[in-house]
Amino acid sequence: MSRLDDLEAQSIYIFREAFNKIENIALLWSLGKDSNVMVWLAKKAFYGHVPFPVMHVDTEKKFKEMYEFRDRYADEWNLNFIREVCPPLEEMDDTLPPAARSAARKTVGLRDATKKHGFNGLFAGIRRDEEAIRAKERVFSPRGAEGKWDFKHQPPEFWDQYKTEFPEGTHIRIHPLLQWTELDIWNYTHREGIPIIPLYRSKNGLRYRSLGDEDITNPVKSDAYTIEEIIAELGSTKVSERSGRALDHETEDAFERLRAEGYL
Amino acid sequence: MNMQDNDIKAQSSARELLKVAIVGHVDHGKSTFVGRLFHDTDSLPEGKYESIVAMCEKRGVEFEYAFLMDSFQAERDQGITIDTSQIWFNTEQRDYTIIDAPGHKEFLKNMVTGAAQSDAALLMIDALEGVQEQSRRHGYLLNLLGVSQIAVVVNKMDLVDYSQARFDEIEAEYRAYLTSIGVNPTRFIPISAREGDNIVNPSDKLAWYKGLTVTEALDDFKILSADDDLPLRLPVQDVYKFDDRRIIAGTIVSGQLRIGDKITFSPSGKEAVVKNIEAWPRAYTDEEKQNLVLRAGQSVGITLTEQIFVERGDVISHVEQADADSDGALMAPHLGKEFTAKLFWLGETPFEVGKNYKMKLGTAEINVRVKQINHILDAENLGQSKGDQLLRNQLGEVVLTSRHPIVLDDYREFAKSGRFVLLEKFDIAGGGVINLDGYENTREALFAHQANITRVDHAVSLAERENYNGHKGGVLWLTGLSGAGKTTLAVSLERKLFRKGLQVYILDGDNLRHGLNNNLGFTDADRRENIRRASETAALMAQAGFVVIVSLISPFAEDREKAALTQGDGFYEIYVKADLETCESRDPKGLYKKARTGEISDFTGISSPYEAPENAALVIDTAKNSVEQGANLLLEFATERFHREFSADYSI
Ligand SMILES: Nc1nc2c(ncn2[C@@H]2O[C@H](COP(=O)(O)OP(=O)(O)O)[C@@H](O)[C@H]2O)c(=O)[nH]1
Ligand SMILES: [Mg+2]
Repeated sequence: MSRLDDLEAQSIYIFREAFNKIENIALLWSLGKDSNVMVWLAKKAFYGHVPFPVMHVDTEKKFKEMYEFRDRYADEWNLNFIREVCPPLEEMDDTLPPAARSAARKTVGLRDATKKHGFNGLFAGIRRDEEAIRAKERVFSPRGAEGKWDFKHQPPEFWDQYKTEFPEGTHIRIHPLLQWTELDIWNYTHREGIPIIPLYRSKNGLRYRSLGDEDITNPVKSDAYTIEEIIAELGSTKVSERSGRALDHETEDAFERLRAEGYL
Repeated sequence: MNMQDNDIKAQSSARELLKVAIVGHVDHGKSTFVGRLFHDTDSLPEGKYESIVAMCEKRGVEFEYAFLMDSFQAERDQGITIDTSQIWFNTEQRDYTIIDAPGHKEFLKNMVTGAAQSDAALLMIDALEGVQEQSRRHGYLLNLLGVSQIAVVVNKMDLVDYSQARFDEIEAEYRAYLTSIGVNPTRFIPISAREGDNIVNPSDKLAWYKGLTVTEALDDFKILSADDDLPLRLPVQDVYKFDDRRIIAGTIVSGQLRIGDKITFSPSGKEAVVKNIEAWPRAYTDEEKQNLVLRAGQSVGITLTEQIFVERGDVISHVEQADADSDGALMAPHLGKEFTAKLFWLGETPFEVGKNYKMKLGTAEINVRVKQINHILDAENLGQSKGDQLLRNQLGEVVLTSRHPIVLDDYREFAKSGRFVLLEKFDIAGGGVINLDGYENTREALFAHQANITRVDHAVSLAERENYNGHKGGVLWLTGLSGAGKTTLAVSLERKLFRKGLQVYILDGDNLRHGLNNNLGFTDADRRENIRRASETAALMAQAGFVVIVSLISPFAEDREKAALTQGDGFYEIYVKADLETCESRDPKGLYKKARTGEISDFTGISSPYEAPENAALVIDTAKNSVEQGANLLLEFATERFHREFSADYSI
């Protein structure tokens, strides 16, 4: 089996495991390249149906192109789509550095939405190669009350057996793409013909590698327009994927603290 | 960008990927090695080196390569790896996922998590400290986890003046240990992670060493082929009915599968033929189907030529064929109630003789009891001791039993289907591999009685009976909470249908418990058996031409589905709906009151769940309708469904 076939099979297995074992689950759709691959894989796993809600926790600060993409494909892909809005910045802890404070809106928005719908499981499209804290994640990752991540006591996970039992009041984050790399995502997007948001393509010598809120995400220098060119560019770059995300660079432990609170 | 560049990159998804775990005793330099490896192969992302310099300055420590992998603050502050981490890099030959594992005994579960995912491992030993407890335990665990390619790296050679004598001494000791547990290491390599000796390039200081450097040794590991050549094992993960297809989904653990294959399900022994292999975004063409072979590792979905009841946990294998060559491995898995296992225990409380655990074996979940502990293994000196307990992080050989026959494979033939995990409360607390030496396979004994039974053909056909009765036979399955009105509706409907001249009879749950089912209680297993008998009886009566009204709470969708499959056509699920509050206020038998006080346990709706039908043929809402209205709705439904035109082939 090819590498992409392997990854695909593994992700499908994870989707099916979660769908069978955990009641009330939803997929977090952040509209970026990873979560689009995730929706695609869910459709593969369930033969064209996505048998759970697909939720966008909206900061209302995404790029216009992202909203257009969302509205079009929520419909075209026949998704059971839910939109929840994050609380305003003023309600967030004002001792946080600016980007972290802005990110906290997402954490709180997600926590509230999870409670509101009573979700016990959430699919999230994070990957280990994105960031050193995420590299330590589990595929089935328990979250305590208030969505907190007890990263110093993670459950063992081996032989394709996952943590699917948990006490009431807690939930599980499920990470079907954990083992994928950025390059895998693009190779798969290319192979499968998965639609992409135009912002990933070079415009005036700049493109986005990772899409977040418009005000805290910066483009990188690039001439890559086609997916082939993007793939070629990634093969030779040493710039890290999230370098355009202000959030990751404020303090050494900024990301660890955010994730412990429940950030993706 | 030039052409050549393009060519290289186009292959990137076709490049091989090997996952390598770095294991060994705490502080022997694993994380440092990974940092150094990345530095020496120029794989660090831009700015990473500088940021590590800054982190070290802030803490007032010397430059620490380990900070690349040790990303938690606690890890950096304490200089110890807590959890496993992964990072990607590549040589000219292929891509690698490097999995750093913690070496501290306290975090063994994290080491297992990391190492179990790998194709090969580098086991690190500190040249100065020599072989330590975790060096041995990790060596043993790698073997249990199924990691068979191991290279041993003797690190910190700088601390022993790059002494060949010291290296030889460690190699001799550790090689003897590995050999004694049946592991054959690919090689031993002397290095200094801190100084970068022998990681990418050979070092002058180790001129006496003529073997491969670490990166060369990595490239020398083999990519192991999937288990395609073993007999088929496809554990059923789920059954989907999103549309008119009934798709059986799962991931092939070993072997191959094609359309038209004759397969059997264990432990039920049911057989079927693969009708189709499903796919999205488009179905396979007829031509593609001809050559389609599903292989180990693939996540698949199949349909069958006939409808049989299949559930999660069943294992699909091929039906034994005379000409099949399975190299001695069993074509269908062993069935038995007892087995021996090598086990590692990670639980908070001791693993003990007499305790029960939930076992996850493939997709099956089974309750097992610890019958005995044959011996406890001492990782320090490989000695064996006796005892009734395995403490956290201990290894041992144990015997587990279950009340029902379970589907077993020996791990020496079937590395993947021959292993399981045990749960303690909510968490995985141990892993084991199955050894079936000395146990009898009860497969044949279990199915022999079925094989000797043939069906008797009736001299009166169903069509004749139906013509005689003037209507079709079938089953109206009334499900709903206690007090929802099932019996009331059933009685009223029976009267109405009888008056119209139909052959009709009620099977009521309470009545059945007085006779046919009077040896059954209310455990999960007994409830299931209760429903199984009711559905078989209903199906028999329907075959005799009756309209059978079954009135049973039947709270689980799965049981009702089984009943539907037992009957086949002419089964109608009727949801008699009333909310819990309404039912509780009616409480005709005073049962809710008793359930609330705890006098009755496992009471549906109170202390046991009710799974409402999702696709009932008819829903009667008794909170909104009167009995008369409900019965009339049912009457209309039944009259229509069981109506039969007189057919001309009527003959006696
Ligand atoms: N002298 C010397 N020290 C080393 C070498 N490799 C690692 N160390 C030191 O050993 C300590 C433990 O290393 P670490 O990588 O955290 O060990 P781990 O627990 O196996 O991951 C650190 O202080 C390292 O700097 C080496 O080759 N030579
Ligand atoms: Mg370490």
